[in-house]
Amino acid sequence: MYRLLLRLYPSSFRAEYGEEMCRDFARKRQQASGFFALAVLWMVAIGDAIRNGLAAHYDLLRQDVRYASRTICRAPGFAATVVLVAALGIGATTAVFTVADYVLVRPLPYLHSERLVRMWEARPGYSQMELSPPNYLDWKATATSFEVMAAYAPWSTSMVGQGEPIQVEGANLAADLLPMLGIAPAMGRWFTIDDERSGAPGVVILGYGLWESRFGGRIGAIGEKILLDGDPHTIIGIMPPEFSFPQRRAQVWRPLRFAPADLANRSNSYLSVIARRKPGVSLEQARQEMRLISARLATQYPKENSALSATVANLRDQVSLQSRTLVMALLAASACVLLIACTNLANLLLARALSRQKELAVRASLGAGRERLVRQLLTESLLLAGLGGELGIAGANVALPLLVILVPTSLPMANPSIDGRVLLFAVAITVATGLAFGVLPSLRACRDGASGLREGSRLGVGGRKERLRSALVVAEVSLSVALLITSGLLIRALWRLNAIDPGFQQAGVLTLRTALPTPKYEKVVQREAFYQRVLSGVRALPGVQSAGFTSFLPIVMRGGVWAVDIAGQNQQRSENHTASMRFITPGYFPAMGIPLKLGRGVEESDGATALPVAVVSESFVQRYWPGQNAIGRSFQIASGTRTIVGVAGNVRVRGLEARSEPQVYLSYRQMRDGNLVWYAPKDLAVRTTVNPTSLTAAIRAIIHDADPQQPISDVQTLTEIVESNTASRRVQARVLGAFAAIAFLLAAVGIHGLLSFSVSQRTQEIGVRMALGAKSGQILSLILGESSRLAIAGVVLGAGLGYGAGRAMQSLLAGLDPGDAATFAMAMALAVMMTLAGSLIPTVRAVRVDPAVAVRAE
Amino acid sequence: MSSREIEIADLLPLPEATFHILMAVAEDDRHGYAIIQEVATRTDGMLKLSPGTLYRSIQRMLEQGLIQETAERPAPELDDERRRYYRITSFGRAVARAEARRLAQLVKLARESGFAPGRA
Repeated sequence: MYRLLLRLYPSSFRAEYGEEMCRDFARKRQQASGFFALAVLWMVAIGDAIRNGLAAHYDLLRQDVRYASRTICRAPGFAATVVLVAALGIGATTAVFTVADYVLVRPLPYLHSERLVRMWEARPGYSQMELSPPNYLDWKATATSFEVMAAYAPWSTSMVGQGEPIQVEGANLAADLLPMLGIAPAMGRWFTIDDERSGAPGVVILGYGLWESRFGGRIGAIGEKILLDGDPHTIIGIMPPEFSFPQRRAQVWRPLRFAPADLANRSNSYLSVIARRKPGVSLEQARQEMRLISARLATQYPKENSALSATVANLRDQVSLQSRTLVMALLAASACVLLIACTNLANLLLARALSRQKELAVRASLGAGRERLVRQLLTESLLLAGLGGELGIAGANVALPLLVILVPTSLPMANPSIDGRVLLFAVAITVATGLAFGVLPSLRACRDGASGLREGSRLGVGGRKERLRSALVVAEVSLSVALLITSGLLIRALWRLNAIDPGFQQAGVLTLRTALPTPKYEKVVQREAFYQRVLSGVRALPGVQSAGFTSFLPIVMRGGVWAVDIAGQNQQRSENHTASMRFITPGYFPAMGIPLKLGRGVEESDGATALPVAVVSESFVQRYWPGQNAIGRSFQIASGTRTIVGVAGNVRVRGLEARSEPQVYLSYRQMRDGNLVWYAPKDLAVRTTVNPTSLTAAIRAIIHDADPQQPISDVQTLTEIVESNTASRRVQARVLGAFAAIAFLLAAVGIHGLLSFSVSQRTQEIGVRMALGAKSGQILSLILGESSRLAIAGVVLGAGLGYGAGRAMQSLLAGLDPGDAATFAMAMALAVMMTLAGSLIPTVRAVRVDPAVAVRAE
Repeated sequence: MSSREIEIADLLPLPEATFHILMAVAEDDRHGYAIIQEVATRTDGMLKLSPGTLYRSIQRMLEQGLIQETAERPAPELDDERRRYYRITSFGRAVARAEARRLAQLVKLARESGFAPGRA
């Protein structure tokens, strides 16, 4: 029993004093009489063992750390290499883990977030549609699976009177939404049911960032009135800094209110809905209930709700598959880098342990037990790993901002940063790293420790040891080849995407948004006056070729899709007969560089009383009148009949990767007052012959002259817009490329280390061979043969791994074959080059061996 | 200060257990259990060293060179052959003396402040 207790002490201590302590204890136990005395004795003994056992471990640790720091100081070059390599591995993994944690793992920062769900209306062909207010209210009233159900709608508004007018993003929130999320304002109050009444005084809650930047962080801001889209709103609260809902840019929130017209219209769907399941109600049960309710609503309102169903999904799972794959790929890549770093370090330490064999043998023969030596060596590698870990975490902290773009903005979380969770992870992998690269060498070293002295100076390069180190190098090579292949595939995919024609000429175009607030600009004539003043001013600027407004620029806004009806061809929305609809001013096509293939563009003469016209894309004509002349034909969109007067080139509205609907362009003057206000042209495109951003100030001034209260937002060039479309890919390709480069370098160092060690061990053998008449060519092939065997094994394994990885991330490859021959050939060629480079110096050294010197040493 | 004096100064103040162990082996070589008993006797049972504390102290004191294991055994009838005996080194003596001086100095100061009985 007592011996068991002694296990708490370090084994070296136990070996030294265990016997005596047992005997002392036995004597005391004999003296103790009675149950009580015995119990006290045991209690005291247990307390003693715990306290002093830990203390003894601590003593040893201090001793080992002291010893290790001395050894490290004696070989600073070696230590620096180890620390740097460990830092690369740990830093890469930590940085990527931070991002992955946000995108994939971390629960949303809401109350009982595991039970929160997103809900949509589902109709044939569309599984995720927003809800109409009456449907939402019916769902909310009848569903029993949920504790709370609350809707919100994205909202963008102009804020005037606090410095320069700005456009701010936010949302209209149902009163019970914030309490459901469990997030209280940092100051002020939540919305109440009263705030939801239509006609109640306007109230608004501000984001922390907006409050600080525009209100100087004054507490007194609460209660102040501000103008949003021209309406007075009282500030009633400030949200905490980390709150970002429904997306990361959101900074203003106001109560969701329904006008009587909203409550009557079941086809006007614009509400996003979140609900919390009751405890014990499964996702599947909730889905079933919602399907039942929807079916009932479908029979009740057959006209608007035909074939209505419901989609219910966990809120946490609202990260796109592509984001997921992307982050997973990076995670795998960083794990590869860490693994390579570990194998590399294991190799380094193995080599070093061999050169320290004498020292270890001496210590062993002086009575240090094997466990004691292993412990000592492990302390050393953990210390090195710890230093590497610190450096790695610092590096990750610096690199993190570059990775943030990989976190989808739709995730309602603040920007990722290194916090306690991540630190814990980093510490864990640091320890794991230290153990991984420390255990093998120290076990090896100590097993051979005793024989070290006996063998004298001849440190045999035992076949077994060599095999282990070779295996490690092969692993390194194969992992780095796999990384080269995957990053090569991604870069090729990126090139492919960049080669895709977006349908417009991106160079030399400045764009910006002037979201016209209602009710000020509810009437078409009011807007026309604004456009005309701005456009005539901008067109008069030197260097401007053309300028025009549109409802939404392509890629920036991908939706705005409407069903198309063609007389005689009864089209169903479910059959995907939809088109993206834009209202434009004259000058838009030339400003964007969208070619007119046939007929004419939208002109000023297409006024309210003229024939309603439309310009359509070639894909539109292709779909409905293939091979025919579409000019003069008419169709219905957004409950209006339009006659085609022109055909324009196709534009990739949904970005370079996705398939886009055909496009329909309508005249900005042929809108009805107060109708489709959201589609009122607001995005300005200006084509210039000069550097587009040099005109920003002049254009701002023109807009300010036209309306001093009009906010301007999203100033960017068209090139930036196109690049933003591939930004996350570019970051990913760059990160993976960097990882591959690191891995590549490490593998080269690994090969170099192994070969130069084996050459130095085999100097005598080489000398003898030369003395016996071997030509330097034969020596060359001896060494190169060794390295190429390793390289070939590594490349073959790596190619297999790379192909597997490529298949796993096929969704990121933009249609590229994961077995892309050019990429594989490139990666393999690089691997061969790396092997040659790594073996260069050792080979030269081997050939230069002077047989006379080498043999004399024998 | 000579290097030996520096070494001594580095060890002061001594942990209580260490000082008591040094006093216990000042006259006779003793084994571990005997040290525990000796310390208890000297302090009238006020201080009972636990085995863990004792052996950990012994290990450290051996490293520091305050005590050493003896090769000589006491008279056969008193000997327990399986036990190790410890003896104070001259360095240990010097350290113990320095510690005693330090404590005396402290007591003198305390007396001047009226914290301890005796002449100021």
